[in-house]
Amino acid sequence: MESIEEELAGTRIFRHLGPQQIKSIAELGEEVEFPDGRALMIEGGLADSFFLIRDGFVALQTQSPAGPITIETLHNGDPVGWSWLVEPYIVYFDAHSRGLTRAIRFDAAALRQRCADDPQLGYELMRSFASMIVERLHATRLQLLSIYARTATA
Amino acid sequence: MGPTVHDGAIVYRNVHSATDLPIGWGDEQEGGRYRLRRREDEAVFGYAVGPHSWKQFLHPPRLRLWRARRGDNGAGLEFTEEPTDAPRYAFFGVRSCELHAIAIQDRVFLPSANPDQSYAVRREDALLVAVNCGEPSGTCFCSSMGTGPKASSGYDLALTEVLDGGNHRFVIEVGSELGALVVADVPHRLAEEVDERDAAKVTAHAIEHMGRHMPEVDLRALLYANYQHPRWDDVAERCLTCGNCTMVCPTCFCTSVEDTADLNGEEAERWRRWESCFSIQFSHVTGGETRRSPRSRYRQWMTHKLATWIDQFGTSGCVGCGRCITWCPVGIDITEEVSAILSDPIPPAETS
Amino acid sequence: MTPSPHRIVSRRRETADTWTVALEPLPGHELPVFAPGQFGMLYAFGVGEIPISVSGTATRLDPLRCTIRAVGGVSGTLAAVEPGDLVGLRGPFGSTWPLTDAIAGDVVIVAGGLGLAPLRPAIHHLLAHRDEYERVVICYGCRSAAELLYVNEFEEWRRRFDLDIDMIVDVGGPDWHGKVGVVTKLVELAAFDPDNTIAMACGPEIMLRFVALTLKARKLPPERLYISMERNMHCAIAQCGHCQFGPKFICREGPVLRYDDIEQWLKVAQL
Repeated sequence: MESIEEELAGTRIFRHLGPQQIKSIAELGEEVEFPDGRALMIEGGLADSFFLIRDGFVALQTQSPAGPITIETLHNGDPVGWSWLVEPYIVYFDAHSRGLTRAIRFDAAALRQRCADDPQLGYELMRSFASMIVERLHATRLQLLSIYARTATA
Repeated sequence: MGPTVHDGAIVYRNVHSATDLPIGWGDEQEGGRYRLRRREDEAVFGYAVGPHSWKQFLHPPRLRLWRARRGDNGAGLEFTEEPTDAPRYAFFGVRSCELHAIAIQDRVFLPSANPDQSYAVRREDALLVAVNCGEPSGTCFCSSMGTGPKASSGYDLALTEVLDGGNHRFVIEVGSELGALVVADVPHRLAEEVDERDAAKVTAHAIEHMGRHMPEVDLRALLYANYQHPRWDDVAERCLTCGNCTMVCPTCFCTSVEDTADLNGEEAERWRRWESCFSIQFSHVTGGETRRSPRSRYRQWMTHKLATWIDQFGTSGCVGCGRCITWCPVGIDITEEVSAILSDPIPPAETS
Repeated sequence: MTPSPHRIVSRRRETADTWTVALEPLPGHELPVFAPGQFGMLYAFGVGEIPISVSGTATRLDPLRCTIRAVGGVSGTLAAVEPGDLVGLRGPFGSTWPLTDAIAGDVVIVAGGLGLAPLRPAIHHLLAHRDEYERVVICYGCRSAAELLYVNEFEEWRRRFDLDIDMIVDVGGPDWHGKVGVVTKLVELAAFDPDNTIAMACGPEIMLRFVALTLKARKLPPERLYISMERNMHCAIAQCGHCQFGPKFICREGPVLRYDDIEQWLKVAQL
């Protein structure tokens, strides 16, 4: 079973961090487990956590009168949550586990403080998150386009 | 079919005797300009090509492909291919550029898989009497395209008209057995050295008087590397997408099909007609057209003609006849467009 | 080329605007043989002709099947045919999926929306010759669960143990418990050996470009990716000029094209 440090070193999002930086973040992480159907975060709540999925399936959802609409599903190696990066640190979308899901949880406030104390680490971390957000935005835009419809704007 | 004066131009129509030919007529051609003029001599072929090409006979503008009949109450459906019903053609006065154009269209319509039968029948039986040009026009550039002015092959007979004061004669080269048979029936004598020299002078004169010049570079590489050149924006501001160039070009071959039915719904037909890549519906796909802008359509025509044609059929699609320049209402000149891109090409992308 | 008369044998609705029809030639007419990836031209009497995806190449037991999306006059007419109706068929046309080249390696199939139709014969072939291939991965993306083609068959494929098949939708409704996102996500998650894989993709052009990027990031060499392209078709025999894509005639060099062959052309808008 890999240590948190080893796990982080193998992820896509942190692939540009150096070993010292990985160690520094790993100190702030803890292993967590969610049985099926648990909420990792709820819309409107305080964004006090950042998760990295080790093994499992998480659905990002929003509640409609007819039931939950799934916006995106996240899988092994995917980060969950970025509302903790920017004020007002409020969760925007629900995140629910589907099936047993093991993840690493980081305390958001501690992570932000670590970045403030170590600007070099903070810069690298922000770059990592920026690249993740860009990827997500691209994917979201493709989802928005209805590319499978008769015309991409249908 | 041969050249004759009609409606202010020299076009290809049925000719019955030598008097139908444009004797003593010449032409003036420039970008967007075509005028006939009276010559001071009695030259029979003292002009360059007009708006017609031989493709209208080999690859007719409208052709029925098949008929379908449906039985009563939808029982039974039968398709009948249209039999090829074409006269046996003799083309009189085929220029070297036109011989090359015919050879180019042969590659399009006579591949080993799916040869076009109507083209094959018309082509097989056609007699080609070529003429070696002595008077290129202001828009001719066959020389720089390697397609003339002297006919090198693909003809039954090739004539060079020598206007030698009082000694007006035609030096004939025989290109086939059929050509030899035809010439046997015409009063003639064996050509002497002086005849061949005079004929060579006619060709030399033609080479020196080409109206335009296509840069002799690797056009395929040039155009493949310059799809985003600003010159396309420039020509797009002038091009009306009228499609004249595609109609007069002797190698353009695009067609569309039209499906029709009678009012009873019992008989249907499919027709093929000439179409131009400049028309907006040409590139229609579900949801729109892949070439919406005039810029993309002009670029398609020119890069197809000079570049992608080479990958498709092994030769350039252009024979340097200059018709597209003459008959463009705004005088767009394909040689000028190439020169403009060549003078300032997009630098090759840096490898990352 | 003259069409050959065919009779509609059956018709099945796949989604709100898509149907699969089965057809057989009238007596005295030969059944054209379509290889996976090839297309036909289907003619509605007096209305017109369209290129259609052959989604089931005929066998002794099974008639030829085509999947048609009703988007216009001709396709709308063809999608509405009933068993017994007569249509015209020309074909087979075009290039085929590289099923022979893929032998002894992993196969990754990426389909988006209606793109599953021309890939279906390839999937049938892979499953019928399963032991000739290593891993077989199928990634299918569509707008929502309502857009899934071949629903029953898809369930059968899901139940197999020798197939890694998954589906992802753009947006998931309350009854959807599967993955949500872009189809490239499935490609990211797929297990295959990029040094010994052939990928075949079919779907909207936007999707194809991004799938190619994702496969490139997974280190798949560009000459091992094959995509199926679409353009306006009239003659289907490379003589009318409509279907040109750069130097390629989609009806003859395509519709299945090797990615490295056309990579430079995919980058030119309004080619």
